[in-house]
Amino acid sequence: MNDAALVAGLRAGDAAAFETLVRLYSAPLLRLARRFLDSEEDARDALQDAMVSVFRSIGSFESTSKLSTWLHRIVVNASLMKLRAKKRRREEIDIDEYLPRFLEDGHQVEPSQPWSESAETRLERDELRALVRESIDKLPETYRVVLHLRDIEELSTDETAEILDITPNAVKIRLHRARQALRALLDEHMK
Amino acid sequence: MSTCEDVISFLDDYVAETLPPEPRASFDRHLAACPSCVAYLGTYRETIRLARLTIEDIPAEVITAILTTLARNTTRT
Repeated sequence: MNDAALVAGLRAGDAAAFETLVRLYSAPLLRLARRFLDSEEDARDALQDAMVSVFRSIGSFESTSKLSTWLHRIVVNASLMKLRAKKRRREEIDIDEYLPRFLEDGHQVEPSQPWSESAETRLERDELRALVRESIDKLPETYRVVLHLRDIEELSTDETAEILDITPNAVKIRLHRARQALRALLDEHMK
Repeated sequence: MSTCEDVISFLDDYVAETLPPEPRASFDRHLAACPSCVAYLGTYRETIRLARLTIEDIPAEVITAILTTLARNTTRT
């Protein structure tokens, strides 16, 4: 079912269209909510709230936007609303401390070393995934979410910009800095 | 010739192959002579690959719960 047919079904209140929407989009939307919210329960609640909001406001969806982009925006808003109600936030790194540093002549202050192929063999696959996930969670939210949408969900720069209501250039800058900081966080485990 | 700072600052464009030919050629010349930047490039690419590995599916119960909530909302309206 394409977007136009799905939206027409949703607008007509067709239960099958809502089920299709939920089955198609719940996974990426829950993964996105998890990037904002620490607890799985909160992330699931944010997704529920977002889906109810979609159900109620499908009439206001403008087909100039992609359905997927609109859904992602609703989840971002639902997650941010939940996040604001939380007193305790996750601990985040100062990203500037994890970016490469350079000498006046442009050389790296600390020369980089390749990662050992045996590091990946040494770590069990689940262990490696947990390490990467924990490292991503340490990135500041504005960087973590961009890295998530671009490198994990593989959305385009323009779509990510529209979801987060920032410029494509801001997406590019945040993505590059997020990758560099994540690289630095993984470095000590992968040499 | 490009410096390490030039190369690393634009590594995202280099990896995405969106650099114009001239700076790309200059970066390639730098990489041919700089093992540290080669290592940085390799680990930057690995970082992107490893991030992608964290993608996971969601439990079926999440979908069931949403459908139940939506059905309740439909009944109410």
